[in-house]
Amino acid sequence: MNAMTVIRLVFVWFALMGLLVTTVGASFFLRGPASMAASTGIAFIKAALIYWFFMHLSEERGLPRLMAVGAVTWLAILIGLSFTDYATRGFGW
Amino acid sequence: MTNALDAPDPHNAGISETRAERESYLRAGHTLRSWLLTTDHKRIAILYLISVTLFFFIGGAAAALIRADLVTPGGDLLTNEGYNRAFTIHGVIMVWFFLIPSIPTTFGNFLLPLMIGARDVAFPRLNLLSWYIFVIGGLITVYALIAGGVDTGWTFYTPLSSFFANGHVVLVAVAVFIAGFSSILTGLNFIVTVHKLRAPGMTWRHLPLFVWSHYATSLILVLATPVLAITLALIAAERLFGLGIFDPALGGDPLLFQHLFWFYSHPAVYIMVLPAMGVVSELVAASARKPVFGYAFVAGSSIAIAIIGFLVWGHHMFVAGQSMYASTVFSFLSLVVAVPSAIKVYNWTATLHKGRIALDPPFFFAASFIGLFVIGGLTGLALAMLAIDVHVHDTYFVVAHFHYIMVGGTVSAYFGALHYWWPKMIGRKYPLVWGRLSAAAIFFGFNLTFFPQFILGYLGMPRRYHVYDPPFQVLHVLSSAGASILAVAYLMPAFYLFYSLRYGDPAGRNPWGVTGLEWTVPSPPPKHNFMETPIVTELPYDYHVEREGEQ
Ligand code: HEM
Ligand SMILES: [Cu+2]
Repeated sequence: MNAMTVIRLVFVWFALMGLLVTTVGASFFLRGPASMAASTGIAFIKAALIYWFFMHLSEERGLPRLMAVGAVTWLAILIGLSFTDYATRGFGW
Repeated sequence: MTNALDAPDPHNAGISETRAERESYLRAGHTLRSWLLTTDHKRIAILYLISVTLFFFIGGAAAALIRADLVTPGGDLLTNEGYNRAFTIHGVIMVWFFLIPSIPTTFGNFLLPLMIGARDVAFPRLNLLSWYIFVIGGLITVYALIAGGVDTGWTFYTPLSSFFANGHVVLVAVAVFIAGFSSILTGLNFIVTVHKLRAPGMTWRHLPLFVWSHYATSLILVLATPVLAITLALIAAERLFGLGIFDPALGGDPLLFQHLFWFYSHPAVYIMVLPAMGVVSELVAASARKPVFGYAFVAGSSIAIAIIGFLVWGHHMFVAGQSMYASTVFSFLSLVVAVPSAIKVYNWTATLHKGRIALDPPFFFAASFIGLFVIGGLTGLALAMLAIDVHVHDTYFVVAHFHYIMVGGTVSAYFGALHYWWPKMIGRKYPLVWGRLSAAAIFFGFNLTFFPQFILGYLGMPRRYHVYDPPFQVLHVLSSAGASILAVAYLMPAFYLFYSLRYGDPAGRNPWGVTGLEWTVPSPPPKHNFMETPIVTELPYDYHVEREGEQ
C-alpha cells in the first residue's frame, strides 16, 4: 500500500466521521420527516463512500460493479414495494 | 460401450472391482479425518447428503407425530403446546435443514464442477466451511428441540415470537441465522464457479440447464438470505431488550415483520424449487433422448423466476391488514411470476413429445414432479386471487398448495436426482425395478396424503389446529393413511441403494447413454475429475433425434 492510498483512506475515514457528527447534530435540530430524510441521506452517502473506497469498487469494473449495483437495487425493491403498503394504508375504500 | 478401464479385475473382487473405482474420490483416503477435512467438492457433497438425510428423518418424525395426532378429532396424542412444537420443528427442520440445502449442496456441489469441466468449485475451503456452519446451525436446532422446542411455527410471526412465546425462540432464531451463512457461502461459491471456471468452449449457451438453475438459485441465496438474518436479529433484539420494532405499543409495526420475513421467504420457496426444475430439465432430456425444447427459454425462465420471485411477497399478507392497494399490486405480480414456471412445464412436455422415452426411475420421478408441480402452481394462482384468499387463507388449502410444490415437486426431483446420478456418484448400479416401484409408491402415498387437504381447507379446516370438528375426520384419516404409505415409500430407496453400494454391478462411465460432461469421466469420478481439461464443442443435449415412426 503506497503513501497516496493511505492518505486517501485516512481522508475518507475523516469524511465518514464528519458525516457521523452531522447525523448526531441533525437529530438535535430536525424533527419528524425532515430528520428522517437527513439521516437516511447521510447514511446513503456513507455507504457510497465505503463501497467506493474501502470495498475497492473504484478499482473494479464491469461485473463486480454490476453486482454492487444489484445489491442496492434489491434494497430499493425491499423498501419500495413495502411502501406500496405503508404509503396507501390510510386511503379510504 | 465397455471400456477396458471398467472391466472387472478378478484378483480384486469386492468393493473396488474396477480400476476406475480404485482411483476414485471415494478411495482417496479412508480415515474420518480425510473426510472431515476434505476440500473435494464430491466428498463435501457426500457429507451434505448424509446430513440432510438425517434432518429429513428428524423432520419426518415430527410429521409422523402430527399426522398421528390428527387421526382423531380430539387431539388425543399431544398436548396443545406439544402439537404447536411438533409442527414448528417440522417446518423449521424441513425448510432450512432439508429443502433449502437439499439439491444445491448435494447434487449441485457434486455436479457443478463436473458439468462445466472444472476440477472443483472456485473456493474449495469455503465450501467445507459452509458445511461446518450448516452442521452447527443444525445441532443448535436439535438441541433446542431436546431442550423443549418452540411453538411459533416456522414463520416466527410477531408479536407471538417476540413477546408471548415461551419456548427457545432466540435459540432457534440463532440456529437459522447461522445456517443462513452457509447458504450465502454456497451461493457465492457457485456464482464465482460458473463465472470463472468454465472449460474452454463452455459458453453460457453451452451450460446444462441444471447449471443455469443453480446459478439463478445462487443469486437468490445471496440477495435474500441477509434479509432473513437481519429480521431474526431484530426479533432477538425486541425479545431480549424490548426494542420497539414490531410491537405497536412501543411504536413498532407487526406487519413490518411480515414484510421482511416474506421478502426472504417467498424467494426462498424458489430456492427450494429452482434446483428441482434444473434436475427435471436434465431428467426429461435424458429420458426422451432429445434436446430440450426451447433451451434459451428454459434457461432464461430460471433467471426470470429469480428476479420476479422477489416482487410477490405481499401475497402472504392479503388478510393481515396490508393496504388493499398494495395487495392488488402483489396479486398482479403473483400472476406474472407464474408465467416463467409455465414456460418450463410446456417446454418439458414439448421435449417429451415424440421422444423415445426410457421408462427408467429418473423418468418416473420427473413425471411426478411435472404433474404435482402443475397442481401446486395452479392452486398458487388461485391463492393469489384476493377474493379466494379470504376464504382459504390459513386453511389446509394453503398447506396442500405448498406441499404439492415442496414435497410433491422438490422432494420427487431430489429422489429423481438420486436415482439418476447415484451410479455416477457411487459407481454402482441399483435394481431399476425397485426404483420404479418406489417412485410409484411415493406418487400414490403423496397424493393420498395431500389431496384430501385441499378439500379439508376448502371446507374450512384451519391449519395449525389439532382439535377439529368431527365431520372432518374421514379426510384426516385418509391423509394420515397416505402419510404412512409415504413414509414406507421414502424408506425403500435406502435399502436398495445401500444394497447397490456393495452388490451392484459396476456402472461404467455412462450407464444411461446420455450426453453431458459428467458422463465422460469414470464412475465414481477420480479425485480431480478430468485427466485433461475438456474442450467443449457440442451444444448440450446434442442427441441425434430419431422420432418415433421416422425410421
Ligand atoms: C406459481 C406461483 C405461486 C403462486 C402464485 C403462489 C401463491 C401463494 C399464495 C397466494 C400463498 C398465500 C396463501 C395464504 O396464506 O393465504 C402461498 C403460500 C405458500 N406458498 Fe405459494 N405460490 C406459488 C408458488 C410456490 C412455490 C414454487 C412454492 C415452494 C417451493 C410455494 C410455497 C408456498 C408456501 C411455503 C406457502 C405458505 C407459507 C406459510 O404461510 O407457511 N409457493 N402461495
Ligand atoms: Cu409466496
